[in-house]
Amino acid sequence: MSDKKTYVDRRLPTGDSLLKQLWQDPLGRAGFLGILFILLLALFAPIIARYDVAQINSKARLAAPSGTYWFGTDNFGRDIFSRIVYGAQVSLLVGVVSVSIAAGIGYLFGLAAGFFEGKVESTIMMLMDIIFAFPSILLALLIVAVLGTSIVNTMIAIGIVNIPVFARTVRASVKAVKGTDYIANARSVGLKNSVILFRHITPNSLAPFTVQATLALSSAILTEATMSFLGLGIQPPNPSWGSMLSEARTYMEMAPWMVVFPALFIIFTILSFNILGDALRDALDPKLKL
Amino acid sequence: MGHLLEISNLKISTPRGKNLVPLLDKVSLNVPKGQCLGIVGESGCGKSITATSLLQQLPYPLRVTEGTTAFDSFQHGKVDLLTLPSKKMRNIRGREIAMIFQEPMTSLDPIFTIQQQMFEALQFHFPRMSHKEMLDKCLSMLVKVNIPRPEQTLSSYPHQLSGGQLQRIMIAIALMNDPRLLIADEPTTALDVTIQMQILDLMNELKESNDAAVLMITHDLGVIAETSQHVAVFYAGHIVEEAPVMELFHHPQHPYTKGLLKSISSLSGDSNLLYAIPGIVPPGGSWDAHCRFAARCEYASEKCLKDVPALTEVASGHLCRCFLHRQEVEA
Repeated sequence: MSDKKTYVDRRLPTGDSLLKQLWQDPLGRAGFLGILFILLLALFAPIIARYDVAQINSKARLAAPSGTYWFGTDNFGRDIFSRIVYGAQVSLLVGVVSVSIAAGIGYLFGLAAGFFEGKVESTIMMLMDIIFAFPSILLALLIVAVLGTSIVNTMIAIGIVNIPVFARTVRASVKAVKGTDYIANARSVGLKNSVILFRHITPNSLAPFTVQATLALSSAILTEATMSFLGLGIQPPNPSWGSMLSEARTYMEMAPWMVVFPALFIIFTILSFNILGDALRDALDPKLKL
Repeated sequence: MGHLLEISNLKISTPRGKNLVPLLDKVSLNVPKGQCLGIVGESGCGKSITATSLLQQLPYPLRVTEGTTAFDSFQHGKVDLLTLPSKKMRNIRGREIAMIFQEPMTSLDPIFTIQQQMFEALQFHFPRMSHKEMLDKCLSMLVKVNIPRPEQTLSSYPHQLSGGQLQRIMIAIALMNDPRLLIADEPTTALDVTIQMQILDLMNELKESNDAAVLMITHDLGVIAETSQHVAVFYAGHIVEEAPVMELFHHPQHPYTKGLLKSISSLSGDSNLLYAIPGIVPPGGSWDAHCRFAARCEYASEKCLKDVPALTEVASGHLCRCFLHRQEVEA
């Protein structure tokens, strides 16, 4: 088929105007800018950071924020600003990779469960319910305890924990789309299951999934921070916002800046992702459009 | 003339706990070649599932528990649609049996253009067709169904078109592959009354020119009068009356059919009130061993509450399921 070019695929219901819509929504713009800020911080960490993250300076232990140390130093005299900048790399990396794992596997499970009803569905959903039944932090800690502590295992653990949310979201939207008249029509025209599944059902059920992904990013970052805080996430001397908070606990009264700045960055990042997720949900909701 | 499709003793059930609750009870129908068979009945009487079962598209967990069909397929010879392997079934769907649905506004995928969706329907059955041939075919189909500005329509998305236009396009897609049987499931219900007539005329016209048989499913006796040669009246999962269309309208025998005919609003009528049959249709699972219409029937006698009347011939080609008209004609 040489003329296949006329077959333009538009994967999202609103296509090219989606970014524009997000930008026009003040909330969407705020979330977008916030994430962009963190992203730039992570990407240009080597340029932005003023000191080596592991550089210990015994003369400047627990120094208050100043012109030399913008966010102060910790109990080893390491620059908190530089550690936060590098911590952004860890947070985003863990967030993106673990959500990709969760979203990828969860999507396939959800698609299978929603499309093939009966035994396939009940088996998959039972498995998901079992994972869902565990408090997510506990399950993630359990997985890391079994696999061993490393950044990769942290990502795997957070990924596994988040699979059920995606499976459920996707299953629900696949079922909704599957029940529509146009799918019935696609069948009665004689299309194959695979064509119906990937060409018609997938793009039409993508909106809730996309929103879920942004929201899951924030919860994954938060989970990583929590795990690191508890000592089973990112291991020292690698900087992670969670482990920085954990170390700061002991010095909270003497050096409040050790707590305040990592915490602020966690809040800022989570908030940005959540706001963007909300804005994305509104932009993708056809009912809110005129 | 032979029958294109023969349905015998079709029974469809849904599992409830460990039991199977029948929703359609031993329905037998014949669709003659090139003719239109109408099925009328209220919501939930089983008319739509009869149609979907023919294409093996019953919604889960409904299933066919009894019965056979014989469809005269030009690809596979005489086949039973209910047990056909899915690969052969796909060759029949859209190619030999096409279907038109009730809601044109939602029957097309909102994210693809009309052209993409028409191409998709063609491509599967004619994979070797060139882009040019497909385009010509689509344009000629759109002209046939009286779509103004067909080129522009091809590049439109479904939401940019009106319900009437979309139903024309649905008909175009359905008839594009010259099917032998067209199943129309309430094709005009969602349309304005002014458009309904146009759509029915169009369907009649295309049926003639394509020599296709039509299975017209509707709750509107007016639609039946416009299109069908033969009518089957469904009530609570089985046929209560079956007759040639004129015979049915002029000599309705079953009290339910009479009620349906009475409930058509008429401009010349003396009464301002719309006639309604009292009561509701008994839901599946509560069909006891008596006439299912007895509770709503003004002529019901004791016998009606004791036994299920059989479908018997009351005149030539006219079947009725009622004790009142049972004649001793057993051959």
